[in-house]
Amino acid sequence: MDIQQFTDKNPYLPELGTIVETVQETHNIMTFRVVLDGDNRMQDFRFEPGQVGQLSVFGTGEATFVINSPPTRKEYLQFSVMRAGEVTTKLHSLSKGDRIGVRAPLGNYFPYESMQGKDILIVGGGIGMAPLRTLLLFMLDNRDDYGRIQLLYGARSPRDMAFSYELPDWLERKDLETVLTIDNEAEGWEHRVGLIPNVLLEMAPTPQNTVAVTCGPPIMIKFTLQALKKLGFEDNQIITTLEKRMKCGIGLCGRCNIGTSYVCVDGPVFSYEQLRALPNEL
Amino acid sequence: MAEAKYISRAKLGKWLDELSQQMLVLAPVQEGEAVVFRPYQTGTEIRLDGQPTLPPKEAVFPASEELFAYTYRKNPEDPAQTDVEIGPRAQPQKTLVFGARPCGSRGFVIFDPVYTQGYYLDPYYRARREATIFASVACITPENACFCHSVGSGPGDTAGSDILLTPVDQGYVVEAVTDKGGEMLGSSLLEAAGDKAGKARELRDKVLKDMGEPRDFTSAREKLLAIFDDLDFWEDVSAKCISCGACTYLCPTCYCFNITDESAGMQGSRIRSWDNCMSFQFTLEASGHNPRPTKAHRLRNRVGHKFSYYPELHQGKIACCGCGRCIKHCPMSVDIREIVIRAMEHQTESGEEAGA
Repeated sequence: MDIQQFTDKNPYLPELGTIVETVQETHNIMTFRVVLDGDNRMQDFRFEPGQVGQLSVFGTGEATFVINSPPTRKEYLQFSVMRAGEVTTKLHSLSKGDRIGVRAPLGNYFPYESMQGKDILIVGGGIGMAPLRTLLLFMLDNRDDYGRIQLLYGARSPRDMAFSYELPDWLERKDLETVLTIDNEAEGWEHRVGLIPNVLLEMAPTPQNTVAVTCGPPIMIKFTLQALKKLGFEDNQIITTLEKRMKCGIGLCGRCNIGTSYVCVDGPVFSYEQLRALPNEL
Repeated sequence: MAEAKYISRAKLGKWLDELSQQMLVLAPVQEGEAVVFRPYQTGTEIRLDGQPTLPPKEAVFPASEELFAYTYRKNPEDPAQTDVEIGPRAQPQKTLVFGARPCGSRGFVIFDPVYTQGYYLDPYYRARREATIFASVACITPENACFCHSVGSGPGDTAGSDILLTPVDQGYVVEAVTDKGGEMLGSSLLEAAGDKAGKARELRDKVLKDMGEPRDFTSAREKLLAIFDDLDFWEDVSAKCISCGACTYLCPTCYCFNITDESAGMQGSRIRSWDNCMSFQFTLEASGHNPRPTKAHRLRNRVGHKFSYYPELHQGKIACCGCGRCIKHCPMSVDIREIVIRAMEHQTESGEEAGA
């Protein structure tokens, strides 16, 4: 929580930025690369991998997205947006040069300090890959700090796979072991076919000195947790990042709490051990 | 407390006239069937004889307020390009809330740690809070739905008030609770209270005593968590609820809000409005998933927040003033006291006695 700002700054006021690039990731996921206004603002902007931001389309509203570019690469802040509701639909109509409001960084982050020296297993499903991409790139940019890094990334079909332009590099790299999977056979697909938890069991990663980080749709998370438990991972070796409906993003508006914990300020990153201590209201 | 003052009923209007020259005075007035806080002007007939229908929540936390205004400008050289500007916000004016019951003024004691002492400071709340003074009237007419004495408050509670008035003889004993309140008592219309101060204290003690034994809700904190997964219990206690949200809008401590944008043409505002956790939409996610899909889940969160989560986070303080508005005004007579008591007495599956 030390990253958060205890200042008199108005936390509701977005700062302005410009969309410098958009990428159509899949039929319903679009990536926005945003540069914040102001001389040196991008260099001065500090955040940690896993923190989120609220994007504002003035006249429509705000929604929360993880900053999925790592703090080691600050030419722009990247947000990947799946079209689902009002704000995300409006966001998808924006293009290069459009102005946008940003409230960031918000929330906590992946405990990358305590993950140093360990082997890392990343398991991402669908748009759940976005926060994991931040962590992955951050670790690759600090590669010596970590042991073996394994990535299992799955999507419904090849056309649902975001960040496809990066996958060749991830597959090729010698310092990263990447396994890709889709739910059903598809023409031209050369990788695994099968649900993420099943492929994970086949991969059979060992829990010794390993931290597993997972994110994806609730049903995938549920079965991935079961698979990790079956593989011998302890609750404190599993980390996930949550999504909830949020408005303020600063622990006040009362939507995203799970008992006493507010996902917007106490999360979005939780260990499975922490989650199990909270009331069951995901 | 500084020396107590006294003002007769006959002079009360004059005092309010004086005060309303210096600041905005909000006082309870009859409006249709409801008694609500409205700006006082000379001649306004105020109602101090019972609990106002609404607490004075709007004085500090308006039902709807502008967070900021924005304007879009088209670039005349390139109409496809738009720029946006964010405007400054207005500063609140000095305000006196006159005539709330202690249970209404106490609401902000619950707001304060969340809005001014959390990870983030809410600048809108703080500015209004600092600009607002509360002159409350001690309650001598507790009603059936009242249970302030069971949640750490009472009919003469001063928490959240700057001035306390107690009805004695043909007027009010006026006592400063805070320095801010003390500064308000300079008027020559106020006289020394003399032995009336003792009478006021005795009256407050008597009213509290007549309310009977307070109920101890302390064990609800753990018990509500223990029966969190007992959905049968929550379905049962929420069966009557119609999710209308009257309880949340009338509650002095309910502080949840929504943020929306309202635009007309090239300009608009970002607005914060009270929200209602009893609504299905409150936690509905864009994916269609809803962590609180039924009224049982939602009532569980509302009761849990007030009697378990908030106390856990804030030194045991219950986030309820015991004003009973949610009970009196619920169209289905859902009674939060009853729910908490039932929760405390509920047998868990292991047969363990509740809240013992």
